[in-house]
Amino acid sequence: MASFIQLLVSGLATGAIYALIAVGFTLLWQTSQTINFAQGEFVMLPAFFVLAAMNAGAPFWLAALIGIAFSIVILGLLFKVVIVDPMLKYGVLPLVISTIALSLFLKESAKDFYSSQAQPFPALVPPTDVQIFEAVVSTQSLVVLAIAILTVVALNLLLNKTRVGRQMQATAQNPTLARILGIPVRLMVLYTFLLNAVLVAIASILVSPIYLAKFTNGETLGMAAFIAAIIGGFNQVRGAILGGVILGVLDNLSAAYISSQYRGAFPLIILIIVILFRPQGLLGRLEERTV
Amino acid sequence: MTRMGAIIVGLAAIAAIAAPFFLKPFGIFLISTWAVLTIAAIGLNLTLGYAGQISLAQGAFVGIGAYTVALLTPLGVPFFIAFFAAGLLCFAVGWLLGYPALRVQHHYLAFVTLAFTTLVFLVLRNEEWLTNGIYGITGTPRPTLLGWKTTAARDFYFLCLGVLAVLSFAIWWMLRSPWGRAFVALRENPIRALSLGLDTRRYTLMAFAIGSSLGGLSGALHAPLVQFIEPNSFALGLSFNLLLMVIVGGSGYFFGPFVGALIAVLLPEWLRITQGYYLLLYAAAIMVLMAFCPSGVLGLVERARIALVGRRKEPATSTLAEGAGP
Amino acid sequence: MFRSGLIASCILAGVGVTSPVFAQSTVYIPAILELSGAGAVSGTNFRDGMLMAIDEINAKGGILGKKIETPLLDTQSDAGISRAQVQKVLDNKPYVIIGPVFSGSVLVDMLLTQQAEIPEIVGGEAAAITQKGNPYVFRTSFGQQFSMPKIANYMRDGIKAKTVGVLWVNNDFGKGGRDTFNKEMNARDIKVVADISTESGQADFSADVVKLKSANADAIFVYLNEEESARFLREARKQGLNKPLIGETTLLGQKVIDLAGGAANGVRGHVGLTIDAPIPAVQEFAERFKKRFNYACDHNGIKGYTGVYFIKHVTEKIGKFDSKAFAEAAHGITISPKDEPGILMEATWDKNGDIDRISFLGEVVDGKQKIVETLPKLGK
Repeated sequence: MASFIQLLVSGLATGAIYALIAVGFTLLWQTSQTINFAQGEFVMLPAFFVLAAMNAGAPFWLAALIGIAFSIVILGLLFKVVIVDPMLKYGVLPLVISTIALSLFLKESAKDFYSSQAQPFPALVPPTDVQIFEAVVSTQSLVVLAIAILTVVALNLLLNKTRVGRQMQATAQNPTLARILGIPVRLMVLYTFLLNAVLVAIASILVSPIYLAKFTNGETLGMAAFIAAIIGGFNQVRGAILGGVILGVLDNLSAAYISSQYRGAFPLIILIIVILFRPQGLLGRLEERTV
Repeated sequence: MTRMGAIIVGLAAIAAIAAPFFLKPFGIFLISTWAVLTIAAIGLNLTLGYAGQISLAQGAFVGIGAYTVALLTPLGVPFFIAFFAAGLLCFAVGWLLGYPALRVQHHYLAFVTLAFTTLVFLVLRNEEWLTNGIYGITGTPRPTLLGWKTTAARDFYFLCLGVLAVLSFAIWWMLRSPWGRAFVALRENPIRALSLGLDTRRYTLMAFAIGSSLGGLSGALHAPLVQFIEPNSFALGLSFNLLLMVIVGGSGYFFGPFVGALIAVLLPEWLRITQGYYLLLYAAAIMVLMAFCPSGVLGLVERARIALVGRRKEPATSTLAEGAGP
Repeated sequence: MFRSGLIASCILAGVGVTSPVFAQSTVYIPAILELSGAGAVSGTNFRDGMLMAIDEINAKGGILGKKIETPLLDTQSDAGISRAQVQKVLDNKPYVIIGPVFSGSVLVDMLLTQQAEIPEIVGGEAAAITQKGNPYVFRTSFGQQFSMPKIANYMRDGIKAKTVGVLWVNNDFGKGGRDTFNKEMNARDIKVVADISTESGQADFSADVVKLKSANADAIFVYLNEEESARFLREARKQGLNKPLIGETTLLGQKVIDLAGGAANGVRGHVGLTIDAPIPAVQEFAERFKKRFNYACDHNGIKGYTGVYFIKHVTEKIGKFDSKAFAEAAHGITISPKDEPGILMEATWDKNGDIDRISFLGEVVDGKQKIVETLPKLGK
């Protein structure tokens, strides 16, 4: 029983990270029909911004802020203006191809311009361990969980309680109508991109102490984001969170109790089942088809 | 096809036949790779460009085809039987995969096929008793047909080219038939096609299955070409690469896959001069290409031709250039 | 008309009809390495060690008066691409080929280089490489068939284990090691009670530690890549996995110790090549490497460096650039640092191309790798 709790708690911590990444991914999809195949690399990159800032002499807290700022400009603004906007009128597929190429571009950039070796990344809290029931959890995992929850709560507040947030939601649900109602749609879409950039930067800072900053980090994280977003529900932020948590826990349980060689298979099988029988995901709304 | 187009195709064919006599073994290997990849790209073009379904499973089908041949030929099965077996197996798997999967919308299909590819990779890697697992299978022999040994680079290239020619002709004939026209109707507007009485599901499924079997046939040639196969070569990377080829060449154009595969094979080689930054430049080049001609190279050629010569005939092309977005 | 001609010439140029002309005063020794993809860490380490050696040799006039010309070709950690690159360099008649590091790529390349009778100096450690009867392949580090028996002996004699748990990474490196290790365990009547595979790049080891704890083996053999080793050690420490953790070079390196923090203390293992070896030549090499490239190299850097000096020494011995003569002279040769300082440690190559050197048993004490015992060469 102790081991089961151990797996559950570890899984929740990992799942929290997946949830953060999946939320940003879902937001982009909702508001601008952008399936960002580079989302994993978006999480990989900010850590390198932070490390570069630290190499230039900045203390960690400042470097983190610089990293978030760079992320907002490059992964938010530039991404939207240079890559997404010109391609949006051509439909989903060319944009998908561009984001696939972008993920390769970002990965190689990190490898060529920084290092191919994994880099240690400063943790937010010193690595001590805490006993919860019979399981041992690192304070780091708890902090990750806490920050992830805070971020989600803040996001919910933003989207539901502020005017800007509700405008963003309206844009996501029906851009044409939103435009008619006088909502500056293009600005709202921009905000979504900036928001995603902040989310991935936070995720990067949370995840890199454990994963170590490495140019290949994006591969597994990106895949996790897609699976979490779809299982939970592509068009609901809450869905992405649920999906992330389910994914984290499921991965651990299947590796421990079923098969370690096929540990990667179970999330994929769940993904297929969800898509075939409940494509809107566990918490999502059914999408209408337009003629 | 216009007259200019026919001339270009004819010249390209002559170049394809003459090329191996001027190239060193590495060059011949490259164009053989091009021929083999084009077959897989044609299959994906059928699924994507004509039937409008986003599939990320083509890499897995190439893998299934490659392993089929690599496992059967050492047992004494003649190459062409293994070849057809690969195609048939992939047709069947494609049908089984497509039957439930094609009920969902486009972007969901991308993820289902993505999951499928990774699952196939895991099976290929873990089931060592069948596939020799992560160690891969070495030394698949090149076939001898009616006394003609294809072991030499040039001979094997002509085998690949021959298969490519035969398959291209078969697909071209199929597309000209009433069946093929139905595929195009599907892509343009599935609901309207449905209202006209087309059994859309059946046609989409057929397109997907045929596309998959072409992937398998490509894999069947891949095994004796490279003479080493391992699970990693057939994972998502290959599926993405094939998708890139089809889009860059021009999705929905008949010759799109030929052009796309040529670019995909040659571009990294040209960029290799940059000694290490070439993947970076390759990715950047793809992004730029997408921004300027998302209907691919052939789409650009088409637009240039129309601008220079004026509208003459409406080609059955993709709607990517026209506003299909939100 | 024009267009197809233009296209044709571009294509011909691209596929290498026009071959590069190499100056008479250089010798063509191309390097085919994993510079991107999953093997980038190993490949870039190997490359940098190799480059350092080449620059040193060229500064002193090269080999037999000719400077070494080493274009770098990237396999992208894919065996198929590796094979294509080998084909490309073979077209230009190399003297000797260096690399790759990934065993899968080595095995495929060997098919071509053996046929072309060109020696290949490789970084791969899979046992199969030297078991195919190829007289043209030469290792730069122990094959798994040499290192695993040493570890197995330690398990049996040093720890006196009756049961063992195995944790390995599911790629050809990890699986090859695990298969060889399990064979050695069976030969010594030690039971493998847990056999757990992990994925390359895996970050969460809680499930694996849980399984190892419940298996309750006398000792645990850990065969992962460096970063995963660090993550595993942290998790093991966190959950209180108290059994002896035994590994190989990838478990005991300074990099792992740095990344794992205190969790690495107490780990023991067999180390073939390490910059922490108590040999002045190696220490000095590590210093120079760090100063030039700004990071501490792993065992692949040493492989690359010593591999080049191996080529230099054998070539000078035969006095000419003859690929076949190279292979003949290299079998059975012993090179000592007295004659060739660049070889760093005395090494012997046997008739299969396997390398024999002294190696070490190490233990991590207080955040540093301590050499507990020096193990002699297996032969002579």
